Amino acid sequence: MLKIDNLHASVEGQDILNGLSLSVKPGEVHAIMGPNGSGKSTLGHVLAGRPGYTVTAGTVEFLGQDLLALDTEERARLGLFLAFQYPVEIPGVSNMEFMKAAVDAMRTQRGEEPLDAVSFMKLARETSKAVDLDPGFLKRGVNEGFSGGEKKRNELMQMMLLQPRLAIMDETDSGLDIDALQVVARGVNAMRSAQRSFVLVTHYQRLLNYIEPDHVHVLAGGRIARSGDKSLALELEAKGYAWLENEVA
Amino acid sequence: MFEFMQQSLDSAAQRAPAWLQDWLRDGRDRWEASTMPTRKTENWKYTSVQALREHFAPAAAGARLLRESDIDLPQLVGSRQVFINGHHSARLSDSELPDGVSLVRFGEASTAQAAHIRQYLGSAAGEAGTLFTALNDASLAEGVFVEIAAGHRVAQPLHLVWLTTNQGEAFSVNQRLLVLCGSDSSCAVVEQFAGVRDANKAFTNGVSELLLARGATLEHYRLHQEEGSDLHVGGVYARLAEQSTFNSFHLGLGSELKRIDVVVEHCGQGAHSEVNGVYLPRGSEHIDYHTCIEHRVPDCTSSETFRGIIADEARAVFNGRIHIHRDAQKTRAELSNKNLLTSTRAEVNTKPELEIYADDVQCAHGATVAQLNENALHYLRTRGVSRTEAQSMLSFGFINEVIDTVRNAALRDYLRAMLARRFARDPALTRPTA
Repeated sequence: MLKIDNLHASVEGQDILNGLSLSVKPGEVHAIMGPNGSGKSTLGHVLAGRPGYTVTAGTVEFLGQDLLALDTEERARLGLFLAFQYPVEIPGVSNMEFMKAAVDAMRTQRGEEPLDAVSFMKLARETSKAVDLDPGFLKRGVNEGFSGGEKKRNELMQMMLLQPRLAIMDETDSGLDIDALQVVARGVNAMRSAQRSFVLVTHYQRLLNYIEPDHVHVLAGGRIARSGDKSLALELEAKGYAWLENEVA
Repeated sequence: MFEFMQQSLDSAAQRAPAWLQDWLRDGRDRWEASTMPTRKTENWKYTSVQALREHFAPAAAGARLLRESDIDLPQLVGSRQVFINGHHSARLSDSELPDGVSLVRFGEASTAQAAHIRQYLGSAAGEAGTLFTALNDASLAEGVFVEIAAGHRVAQPLHLVWLTTNQGEAFSVNQRLLVLCGSDSSCAVVEQFAGVRDANKAFTNGVSELLLARGATLEHYRLHQEEGSDLHVGGVYARLAEQSTFNSFHLGLGSELKRIDVVVEHCGQGAHSEVNGVYLPRGSEHIDYHTCIEHRVPDCTSSETFRGIIADEARAVFNGRIHIHRDAQKTRAELSNKNLLTSTRAEVNTKPELEIYADDVQCAHGATVAQLNENALHYLRTRGVSRTEAQSMLSFGFINEVIDTVRNAALRDYLRAMLARRFARDPALTRPTA
């Protein structure tokens, strides 16, 4: 599904990723943990092709294609989804319009006709209920004036509508109360399948109580310092990150 | 140097009713004593009137629309009056008027009505007007006088449409509207200007005077949908008595030359105005909004928001003046102008202009020129939306926010649909905050 090999990336001239390698197979859930500044969010942004994030070395293969050679929208159409830690507010563009454009783009990619407006609205309303978001939010500007939790649910709703092959969730759990966390976990668990993979980027072990990962990696200094199974997350919770950083140093 | 209008002025003098003859002569004197603005004229620094330097014939009566499908008018539940090439079209107009509204065309005014009109004519545009107001006075053969009776709350909007169509040669249209809102009345007036595609060049010189008596509320719309080679130079002049409320919305699609002056005078304490607008020139079009908010007395508020999207090689000018006179204490005035340039060759000249002589006022202003927000663009693209579509979505979103301020729901839907089409968006999906 995803094969990252020796990835180096910099932001504004500063090296953030320093030789990161990671392999994700279909159906797997990987958790990437690590202290602040370890490069967790950068990884997601580099994979999504955010301007200003420069890959200086390494390769990324996604579903057999050279991911780094593709435009942001091509990556998305291929099935890559990034749930943003800080979703962007876009006043004036309705959530409904935004999501329909996205779903239509995916359908066109698959050689399907775009949905008519009525069918889409029905689908969008059902999906908003599934993530416990009032359908009224569909008419609002994209993320405009949404609370932190509402923005995260909105990301989740987009993921459910777009049905990606690989979803990278960048600290989707941060700032969520326990109810919202469970909504996110339910959504992810419902979408887990043999064909779909997840990379959960998180600072805390808490999310992993609800979404059980197959692999846990700890990021430090821009590369993976240690990998293990879910017990690694518990170990980190108990010991903190400092011991690992010392190890890397 | 004013030959381009000579024939139109002579024709107007022949057609004008007797009670307006001295008015025309006075206007003509002022017009002929004026000099055409050049780039050195401060108020015209960025707008050339070179396009006027050709011969414009007087608008002939009896012009008809070739295809009614050429025009797309909002279906407002109210009374509609249509003028084609400046001449009233009974066939396309409603014969009924909402209760409390009277409408008199200058050419048909009785002696008493004429005297009534003369009492108010020029009282808003007289001092504040430009040389083109003088031209309008000099060409005043036909005008429309609307009066809302005191105390009447008119729910249905009055929709006035000025269309230009073929005449076989370039021609000029003189448009004049005088609205008198009686004390404690309320109503909505929609002024719409549009040209039929592929018609001859039309030069419209429009002047609207809006007078709000004590406690009156006027919801006003001025929609400039003339495109292509059409020219429009004109203005809206509003005078607000105490406790009156003026809400004004402006749409300006671009054309070869468009210059609109909007002047709002707060003359009575406790008056409030809100003026919003969008302008959207593209190609090699030019549009210029000059707004001037006058605060003459204490305790008034004004808020103004204009947004423009300038595409291709188009040019826009926005000059927003706020003038707070010495006695106008406790004034609150806000002005915001934001511009989006969607091409490297597009140009906008925006200038807030504050003149404040009172010391106890709150005045906020801001003008920005920007390109599309890269973060928003990226966010849309991470969902598979192409760069081109994301750009048009964000452009539409930028003006959609101002469309949200349109109070009349039917008009808001009409504008949103029209502009959505312009940005290749689906209007069914672009509705705003419920």
